Amino acid sequence: MRTAFIQELARLAERDPRITFITGDLGFSVIEGFAASFPLQFLNVGVAEQNMTGVAAGMALCGKIVFTYSIANFPTIRCLEQVRNDVCYHQADVKIVAVGGGLAYGPLGYSHHAIEDLAIMRSLPNVTVVAPGDPVEAAAATAAIAYTPGPCYLRLGKAGEATCHRSGISFEIGRAIKLLDGHDLTLISIGGMLPTALEVAGRLDSQGIEVRVLSMHTLKPLDDEAIVAAATETGAIVTLEEHSVVGGLGSAVAETLTEHPAIRAPLKRIGLPSACTYEVGSHEYLKDRYGLSADTLADSIAAFVLEQLKPRMVSPLRARHSQSRS
Amino acid sequence: MTDADFLARLARRIREHVLRMTHAGRGSHVGSNLSVADVLAALYGHALRVAPSRPNWPDRDRFILSKGHAAASLYAVLAERGFFPLEWLANYYQDGSRLCGHVSGHGVPGIDASTGSLGHGLSLGAGMALVGQRDSRPYRVFVVLSDGECDEGSMWEPVLFAAHHHLDNLIAVIDYNKIQSLDFVERTLALEPLAEKWRSFGWAVREVDGHDVQALAATLDQVPFDRKRPSCLVAHTVKGKGVSFMENQVLWHYRPPSVEELASALAELGAP
Repeated sequence: MRTAFIQELARLAERDPRITFITGDLGFSVIEGFAASFPLQFLNVGVAEQNMTGVAAGMALCGKIVFTYSIANFPTIRCLEQVRNDVCYHQADVKIVAVGGGLAYGPLGYSHHAIEDLAIMRSLPNVTVVAPGDPVEAAAATAAIAYTPGPCYLRLGKAGEATCHRSGISFEIGRAIKLLDGHDLTLISIGGMLPTALEVAGRLDSQGIEVRVLSMHTLKPLDDEAIVAAATETGAIVTLEEHSVVGGLGSAVAETLTEHPAIRAPLKRIGLPSACTYEVGSHEYLKDRYGLSADTLADSIAAFVLEQLKPRMVSPLRARHSQSRS
Repeated sequence: MTDADFLARLARRIREHVLRMTHAGRGSHVGSNLSVADVLAALYGHALRVAPSRPNWPDRDRFILSKGHAAASLYAVLAERGFFPLEWLANYYQDGSRLCGHVSGHGVPGIDASTGSLGHGLSLGAGMALVGQRDSRPYRVFVVLSDGECDEGSMWEPVLFAAHHHLDNLIAVIDYNKIQSLDFVERTLALEPLAEKWRSFGWAVREVDGHDVQALAATLDQVPFDRKRPSCLVAHTVKGKGVSFMENQVLWHYRPPSVEELASALAELGAP
């Protein structure tokens, strides 16, 4: 995703001299080409994220569109008050980019795991929060946030993610993308969980469970319409995020559903526990340890769907299945 | 009226406003406002190239009050210069006002950056100065800092940054009144030798009597003090300056003046 991001940013920078890219001394083997091509639109501030964010806000207040870039929690939580006071308070055109969302920096440890960032960033005012699901979405999101006025947060994976979209996409901030349709269940995925969501959907399909898959690439503003449609048109909703279950996608979807009193859709939030990661291992290893591998997810979600079929609540899923039985 | 008389009068007006504003709003930081009044008078009455009728003029000098708790004095000097009506000052810090206790530019003409949490303003200013440098714009960026603010680690990141990038269009003015929130600076977290610290970071540093408006104006005329270096002006000031019973007292960091104290303070200033 980081390659898709930097390539798209270079394309934008070529056409628009306001586009400026600031790194906090990170991006080895990623940012060199941009730095060489656009020296007046590039800046390495050193290992100083608070200054990076304040400088970005100051530049934005003088007419620039500024992307700040670092890994994991460094461009967000490390300088959270600069994000809040200098960027959000001024509604400055600063686009904060984090590479390594979730557990992508696996063996580097908890210090490098961005697993509370979505909750924290979406709680700030005036911020658009985007976590693309694959490299195609990452490129589209880069272009979209560049010209979305005000602060934006772009949470990327790292490198080598599978491409989920085989053809061009229509990417719009705040509009979920439907990759598969089905009536039994909607899997709502954010960020790098998208390939896993599709894999899980395939396995469930082979068990006779038809799944709608939404890539909820924008967490704020949230696509309430797509959530309500999922709740009314499909039997249940499962949210998937490589992020703490506190405050992220699952919480946001639950908030939307709770405020629609007519909807009683079963919801399961799947993500990471609100805990420090003490386990050591690769990205895949850690995802597996936390139940986020396709195998584990297919089993737990199938069990959840079957649970909904028990005759204790009226759901579209149950109604449809009882009809088909009769 | 000479320039010096004009600046002295402007400084006195700022002090009068500050006393009335903090009294009426029961606001704090009166001492911090009084210490910076002459610096603001020299800036807004002399040094800054700004146009009150065009507050967003693209090539205006930028000003950031990084010690945002002295907001009352900034609002006062902006109103005196005609950025907005003097009447706005009357309900500073009060229900429904536009003017809050720390600098906010929301709906307030003439304010380039909102502040309040210490250690933010110099980075904002460095970003503005970098755009000026890269785009060959004529504006300068002035940032007023407090001494207590120099405790913040985030203060020193832009100090490194501005020197590295040769931002000679950036000027930091330290309101060095030697008192912070709870006690004297040197008893809290020693800053001395302060000027030497900035010098060793690559800034061109001058020191000045921060209550001598003429000296302030003359020194500000000389920025940048050194080509290719950011400038730092250490303004030696007295907290609570201008009101004898407030001078050099920790108490007046927080306490608003009572009716009697307001009257006697205004009398000392020779206010009507």
